[in-house]
Amino acid sequence: MDYTTSLLQYLISGLTNGAIYALIALGFGIIYNATTIINFAQGEMVMLGALGAVTLYQIYPSLPVAFFGGVMVVTLVGLALERLALRPVRDQSPLVLIIITVGAAVFLQGVAMVIWGKEAYTLPPFSGGAPLRLFSATLLPQNLWVMGLVGLLVVLLEAFFRLTLVGKAMRACAYNPRAAQLVGIPVTRMVLISFGLAAALGAAAGILVAPLTLGVYDMGAMLGLKGFSAAILGGLGSSLGGVLGGLVIGVAESLASGLVSSGYRDVVAFLILLLVLFLRPQGILGGAR
Amino acid sequence: MPELLLALNRVSFAFGGLMALHEVSFGVLPGTVKAVIGPNGAGKTTLFNLISGFLIPHAGRILYRGEDIQGQPPHAVAARGIARTFQLVQLFDHMSVLENVMVGRHRLTQAGFFGGMLRLPAMRREEAAIREAAWQALEFVGLADRAHQLAGVLPLGLKRLLEIARALASEPQLLLLDEPASGLDQVETERLGEMILTLRDRGLTILLVEHDMSLTMEVAEEIVVLNYGRLLAEGPPRAIQKHPEVIAAYLGSDWQG
Amino acid sequence: MRFRGLVNPWTLFALGVVLVRLLLRNDYHLTLINIIGIHTLLVVGLNLLMGYAGQISLGHAAFFGLGAYTSGIFTVSYGLNPWLALLLGLVVAGVAAFLIGIPALKLRGYYLAMATLGFGIIVYIILNQATWTGGPSGLSGIPSLSCWGFPLNTPGRLYFLIWLLLGVILLLSANLVDSRVGRALRALHESELAAQSLGVDTSRLKLLIFVWSALYAALAGSLYAHTLNFIAPSSFNFMFSIKLVTMVVVGGMASIWGSLLGAATLTILPELLAVFHDYEIIVFGGILMVVMIFLPRGLVRGLLDLWEYRRYKRLGGTFPVA
Repeated sequence: MDYTTSLLQYLISGLTNGAIYALIALGFGIIYNATTIINFAQGEMVMLGALGAVTLYQIYPSLPVAFFGGVMVVTLVGLALERLALRPVRDQSPLVLIIITVGAAVFLQGVAMVIWGKEAYTLPPFSGGAPLRLFSATLLPQNLWVMGLVGLLVVLLEAFFRLTLVGKAMRACAYNPRAAQLVGIPVTRMVLISFGLAAALGAAAGILVAPLTLGVYDMGAMLGLKGFSAAILGGLGSSLGGVLGGLVIGVAESLASGLVSSGYRDVVAFLILLLVLFLRPQGILGGAR
Repeated sequence: MPELLLALNRVSFAFGGLMALHEVSFGVLPGTVKAVIGPNGAGKTTLFNLISGFLIPHAGRILYRGEDIQGQPPHAVAARGIARTFQLVQLFDHMSVLENVMVGRHRLTQAGFFGGMLRLPAMRREEAAIREAAWQALEFVGLADRAHQLAGVLPLGLKRLLEIARALASEPQLLLLDEPASGLDQVETERLGEMILTLRDRGLTILLVEHDMSLTMEVAEEIVVLNYGRLLAEGPPRAIQKHPEVIAAYLGSDWQG
Repeated sequence: MRFRGLVNPWTLFALGVVLVRLLLRNDYHLTLINIIGIHTLLVVGLNLLMGYAGQISLGHAAFFGLGAYTSGIFTVSYGLNPWLALLLGLVVAGVAAFLIGIPALKLRGYYLAMATLGFGIIVYIILNQATWTGGPSGLSGIPSLSCWGFPLNTPGRLYFLIWLLLGVILLLSANLVDSRVGRALRALHESELAAQSLGVDTSRLKLLIFVWSALYAALAGSLYAHTLNFIAPSSFNFMFSIKLVTMVVVGGMASIWGSLLGAATLTILPELLAVFHDYEIIVFGGILMVVMIFLPRGLVRGLLDLWEYRRYKRLGGTFPVA
């Protein structure tokens, strides 16, 4: 009975973290689909979302305001990144662009340290109340919020890409930028939108997880990289793949930490990354390249 | 029957659902110039990419001197003595003209990691020989006076010549030229034609893809016509000019032989 | 470029090394210069990989760490001769680089960047967690190297070892760049297609350079361990990998001497400006972005290119000798 409870507990925290990784993975996928580059600054969007929401909440204690405000501010940061740092050099080799995003990630982390210092900040849970019990495992309301909201965002995202004109235009750009341009789709604007969208998703992930794991200036690096592993695992560019990858890594991490050793928890995501790169680089759902 | 230097045997290749080449078969005799012509999208560059190892055919065989080379990686194909130029010139822009051609000697030389670092005497002798051969190739195409300029600043016509010099430096038996006249003016095209014929006279076998009809008719002993990935016709220039299907599909009814 | 005559970078280098040693007496300064030398070693290797072969490693700190910890662990826990431990460190790093490089370099694009990223983080976590590495508090009591019984236990004595070794490495690297293999490397960077079509086995070459750059890093790591006689995981983290990339970028990619410049600048600067320390992360990130946006070939190389271009315009459009 106790064993099952522990397992269930690991599953709950694994799925929660996994949902966060999934959201971050989606952000990577959107930008990759629009530009074929990896935006290493994605993790910092998560961090800025969390800390931004914390500050907004301190100014005006309303969670919805903090949530939407945080997302909006970080979206602007994402748009600025594309417009100022990447658009001017769009025809450079992917290597140069990657280094620029790495530089941006480091820069943003530095700025965060100056603004918020090295302390950890909390955000109150979205709904109060006592923890729930699931077969004597603890389920916090925030866990449900995370899984529920991520699920909702994924569905909305899919609807956006499949049903709206803008979404379809973005997918067209991903398949064939030249043809898209010829048909009149403004590719540069689509790229800009993709950065804004990815930043928004990242921010949402950060705000969702802040009540559970606190917001610190350097949380972006690890979260971003784990989200990246999730994206690669699921297949870069595939929405469903991102979700799958995120959940798998989240649960695997949780199980390894609980059953094997907690110190090596962070190794799991990167071990999976290396394994995927070496055995099946296109990921679970990625098509053959 | 003299042995074919290059032979394609029912070679097929598809990009996703699109059949780029369908059971194409033809051969090239040593010491001859053969041209591959056809409308855009007919599969000409795909053909070159298959021969030089950048693509693997889904069916069929490619034989060089009687040996299968389909599926071999590009550097292995090059090591056998096949050199090529590219439709969009692929030079080493930040290296000098001379250095570009020196890279062409790669397959014929040995100096490795440690030889290079320690500058052993054997390596230094080899370097001198590489330089010498590179100069000769530059003089042949007429670029010797620009040896120390950066390749990236050359005008297009000279860039194409440089690419040819670099290919020649590897002392190939088979030279694949992918639209060498593209972007050249009348005078440059004529010089190119003379160069091709001179190389042929020296024993080199040349397979070229071209759109410029006058150049093709002048240098090619045989022409292969591709259309929608299939071989439409094959034969000497005169016969191709009069071939009704070719005229209809490609040359257009205005063509005057 | 081969230099004839007395005034060439090599003699200037030798002169500079001797002069600096005579001028500096302070142990702190000498250690700093030694660290610069060690960083330069790291940067030269990474430069060969990034600037010439056009690949990127986001985890080079890991090879640095492998060298340092192999030296540290085998001398402290097993009493192995420091020189043998150094050699062992090279083997460990070389094998690791080989195993990672083979699959990673077969794939196109920036898969090596991702693989090195993952590898770097895994190594850091292991160094931090394992008991046999000393954990987060590090490994102390690492013995000094000695030359024929003469212990190199002061910065002044280590100075000549490090800078002599560096001089030799710089010479070998410059020779390499100028040779057939070096040309093939540069060709590979400029146009992998064309290089392949001329018989260059690009996959093998990339692997070779990757392993080679890992060896330089491991050598630097061992020297580092024996210089400070103490190592901790915090010196081998992701941020340090980024700093190395920044040094390459600042010094100029595909420039041997640029490596020295980049390493020196970005090692001295944080020390000179104490206030810099809080803003260190911002500055490194900012430098990376700004330099890559405006001078994608690196700071020194980019400025040289600009200068060359101005000369080109002034000379009426004719291009000077390369």
